[in-house]
Amino acid sequence: MSVAPPGGRRAPTLALTGILKRFGPTLALDDAGVVIRPGTVHALLGENGAGKSTLMRIAFGLLAPDAGTITLDGRPVHFASAAAALAAGLGMVQQHFSLVPAMTVAENVALGGRGRFDAARAAAVVRRIGEATGLGLDPGARVGELAVHAQQRVEIVKALARDAAVLILDEPTAVLAPAEAHEVLGWVRRFAEGGGSIVLITHKLADALAVADDLTVLRRGRVVRSAQRATWSHDALVAAMLGEVPEGPAVAPSVRPPGDEVLALEGVTYADARGVVRVEDVSASVRAGEVVGIAAVEGSGQHELLRLLAGRLAPTRGLVRRPATVGFVPEDRHRDAILLDAPLRENVALRGLGAARGRMPWEALRARTRELMARFDVRGPGPEAPARALSGGNQQKLVLARELDPPPPALVVENPTRGLDLRATDAVLGRLREARDQGLAVVFYSSDIDEVLAVSDRVLAMHDGRLVASDATRESVGRAMLGATP
Amino acid sequence: MTRHRWTGRLLLIAATGGVAALLLLAIVALAGYDAPRALGALAGGAFGSLDAVLSGTLVRATPLVLAGLAVTLAFRAGVLNIGAEGQLLAGAAAATAAGLAVTGPGPLPLVSALTAGIAGGAVVAGVAAWLRARFGVLDVISTLMLNSVAQFVVAWLVRGPLQEPLRIYPQSASLAAAARLPVLVPGSRLHLGWLMAVVLAGVGSWWLARTAAGFRLRATGLNPLAAASAGGVATGRVTAWAFVGSGMLAGLAGAVEVTGVTYALYENLSPGYGFTAIAVALLAGLEPVLVIATGLVFGALEAGASAMQRDAGVPSVLVAVVEALVILLLVLAERGRQAGWWTRRTPEAAG
Amino acid sequence: MADALTGFLEAAVRTATPLAFAAMGETIAERAGVINVGLEGCVMAGAFGALVAAGAGGVGAGFATSAVAGAALAALFALCVVRLGTDQIITGTAMTLLGLGGTGALYRTWYGAGGAALSVPTAGPMAVPGLSKLPVVGPAFFSQPVVTYLAALLVPVLWWFLYRTHAGLALRAVGEAPEAARAAGVATARLRTLAVVAGGALGGLAGGTLVLAQAGTFAEGMSAGRGFVAIAIVVLGRWHPVGAALGALVFGAATALQFLIQAMGWTLPYQLFLALPYVLTLGALALARGRGRPPAALGQASG
Repeated sequence: MSVAPPGGRRAPTLALTGILKRFGPTLALDDAGVVIRPGTVHALLGENGAGKSTLMRIAFGLLAPDAGTITLDGRPVHFASAAAALAAGLGMVQQHFSLVPAMTVAENVALGGRGRFDAARAAAVVRRIGEATGLGLDPGARVGELAVHAQQRVEIVKALARDAAVLILDEPTAVLAPAEAHEVLGWVRRFAEGGGSIVLITHKLADALAVADDLTVLRRGRVVRSAQRATWSHDALVAAMLGEVPEGPAVAPSVRPPGDEVLALEGVTYADARGVVRVEDVSASVRAGEVVGIAAVEGSGQHELLRLLAGRLAPTRGLVRRPATVGFVPEDRHRDAILLDAPLRENVALRGLGAARGRMPWEALRARTRELMARFDVRGPGPEAPARALSGGNQQKLVLARELDPPPPALVVENPTRGLDLRATDAVLGRLREARDQGLAVVFYSSDIDEVLAVSDRVLAMHDGRLVASDATRESVGRAMLGATP
Repeated sequence: MTRHRWTGRLLLIAATGGVAALLLLAIVALAGYDAPRALGALAGGAFGSLDAVLSGTLVRATPLVLAGLAVTLAFRAGVLNIGAEGQLLAGAAAATAAGLAVTGPGPLPLVSALTAGIAGGAVVAGVAAWLRARFGVLDVISTLMLNSVAQFVVAWLVRGPLQEPLRIYPQSASLAAAARLPVLVPGSRLHLGWLMAVVLAGVGSWWLARTAAGFRLRATGLNPLAAASAGGVATGRVTAWAFVGSGMLAGLAGAVEVTGVTYALYENLSPGYGFTAIAVALLAGLEPVLVIATGLVFGALEAGASAMQRDAGVPSVLVAVVEALVILLLVLAERGRQAGWWTRRTPEAAG
Repeated sequence: MADALTGFLEAAVRTATPLAFAAMGETIAERAGVINVGLEGCVMAGAFGALVAAGAGGVGAGFATSAVAGAALAALFALCVVRLGTDQIITGTAMTLLGLGGTGALYRTWYGAGGAALSVPTAGPMAVPGLSKLPVVGPAFFSQPVVTYLAALLVPVLWWFLYRTHAGLALRAVGEAPEAARAAGVATARLRTLAVVAGGALGGLAGGTLVLAQAGTFAEGMSAGRGFVAIAIVVLGRWHPVGAALGALVFGAATALQFLIQAMGWTLPYQLFLALPYVLTLGALALARGRGRPPAALGQASG
């Protein structure tokens, strides 16, 4: 069964050329472009931060490009907003859904309309699209009570209800179970055969090779290669995504052999509040004096794994062995690590506050803050300045200093260089190596695989909530985290 | 908050007091009253004589400072307790009941009354804290409901179990001398409650700034996620205790009003002290010691305004308008600071 | 006994009328994600507006002005909360003080400090032909002032708006998930502002009802906490217009019971009956699951 876009609209040819986009000092897209042919599935691949989502957010009017053109069937277009893109027949399902959980499927699909709202008519639209496309949904079901894959359906139906003929799906299978992912990919194929176009943003090679007509690989904001499916092999795709494979192992050698086991997971499974299994049956161990890197694409369960190791989450099943104190540097420091409006002295004092008794030794803490600032090169007005007054890099160095002094037996670090410039990045990574050399057990995750390889003694690749075996080479790790068979 | 910043705040408080008085007079003049006479009455009522200061301004400032401390404690912990009014009434009722019931040697009746008042406020706030912790009920809604419940319960008490023996007036019997707060300055109406308020404000600032428990409360209010993740603070427990502590202070305010000023329970015992306390706490920048200063500003304003009504015929309810404008200006200033309306923000991503 | 019952029902409906207006107004605002604890101020503004206009232009002008006065105060609130992003609770508290203090001061200034009981034209009962002749319920429900019928009519109208128009759908979405609503092309800030202003107009109408259909005069602070009662009713009524109307009747009945108890000379502590609906509301709030929860974005600042 092939499924035509509802409303029978033929998909136009969507072309982006010479797209340039800067975020502050970072060049996110550098002369990037892609052509989406009508009636095809176009897979957009690349590592984290390669620019896939940015390019498509520009196509959908969510971001304005700094340079470049967008055309539909050869006519230049300019989308000032998502509403304009919707009107032109584009639809986009983002990774984070834009749904109203307390409302029904029909209400969510109808949201944004005008005039009278007829629940029965809205339900009929949902049913009609369901019958035409196979995306069946109960129009009266409350969205918040639906499983993730059904919520994704609601997002797709929302776009189709507005006659979208070109549909952009950002990592649609990242949050789905294998059977659900299979179902969505099957639908994607049929939608294209019915005359619609699909842009599939993914870092799952198997998905892309299974359903795409065209594949485009981006790396560091540039298009590496864009060509039809027949011209791609699995290995070619891996090579294009990972870039030049350096000679030999990229792992930095450790100063001395690792010591005793400090952190250990035994058969650990973690399911989130909605019951979705994020970490499944993971066993691992980290020893004193080593940096164990975690390599994973977004949504593989790495964030939960780090919090299990740091004792910030409790496992659903299995055993976590860890010392009483584990230092933790979370990726969202403003949310999870610092008090923006409190002085640096108090941010330093936060460590161990839950167990503190009596009076706070502020004089000593002030001196300690000053000393930490000097030792960790935290540049700021002084211990009494609010954390808000510091740049992101200096905030991060302060968090690291707090977690490292006095040294805990183990340290878990999550994306510590996000948003930092090169100098600050080097400083932070240097501290991690130093901590290892002092005998700490360090767990390090970065969304940049090269950073993981550069810092770690050992790399654990994660895919779909499980650890996957790999050698400590860039290619092997890269393949493992992408879910490719070795 | 460092002493350096306290100085700046004190200037702001003084300026706000001045601006509030000017606003009041501007409205008075616009409404066609005799402005110079009104100003004379306002100043005279607030500072005109030693008795005006002691029996007027300071007596009125006492419940405002105590209730202001209650609001301060809650807000610092991120608890939106707007139920100080109800907790104050509960404290007043409990203090009256205990003060009438307990007879005994020395200060026992008074101590019982004050303790009961504190407990009364704690119980009412505790209900709201429990509803928040157990069912996730919004602080605002629960404390508003409890304000009304407390009002009706007091209305019942003064016509029922606590009504004066003759059963004519809707009020309780008068407290015996042993259950009254001693007068601080002979010949004036200034009572020990003022001293208690001042000491508690000082202790409050010290406790928040210097102790681990105080820092836990502040950290929880500033960023509960970071306090829990980076500091291992049991934030749920901290907010629940802050809520109850806030209720204790508001309850004490009610108890002090009964044992120091009215000596009996009335239905309209509080002219909205619990709500004015929000303005008092905000103007003080949620710093306990400075609550003394802001309590004085509002106490003076209210004492002056009632003199103004008496001597110049200007309605004293205008003070409410001025308080409203002060609160509005303060939330706008706070919002502006947060959103950086008048400062350039530090770029977040720069290394 | 039948007379007493009729009297009780009549009083319950009469006292419920201003509460129903205020509660429906607050329902609109809260469904859009804004909790207006300044509604008490809107009720007072409406009461005073009614006093001023009814003296000059009659009952109709009084009601119209009461709505405008309530809406004006709510517009100031919306400006601060929705456009400037100030804290809803604290700003609302200021609005209550402003409404109470402002009307009190203006009243004393314009009408003299003596507070001589001014009487204003009132809207007398309007018997519905036929129905008002029914035994017991006839005089109770169908011989009420015209605003009572208006309040009753407002229930289905508001229900229809919230659940049968796209604007109502968008308003509810704004209160639940403003980001999702914005992504669907809804002008969230404008919608919130309109909801708050409309809610304030109904709050004002509640004040107008107090003056023009009940007291026949104005008194300082005559709202007597009805704005806060309305917030309780919205909770009890689970943020639904029909629930708001029924909740208003519950609170109205509690008040009417007080009259009944006094009239019958019973020695029951009627003040506790007045407190009962609030306790009921707290209980309902604690036990509410799923549908009974407040709008998810309630109380969150910006538009």
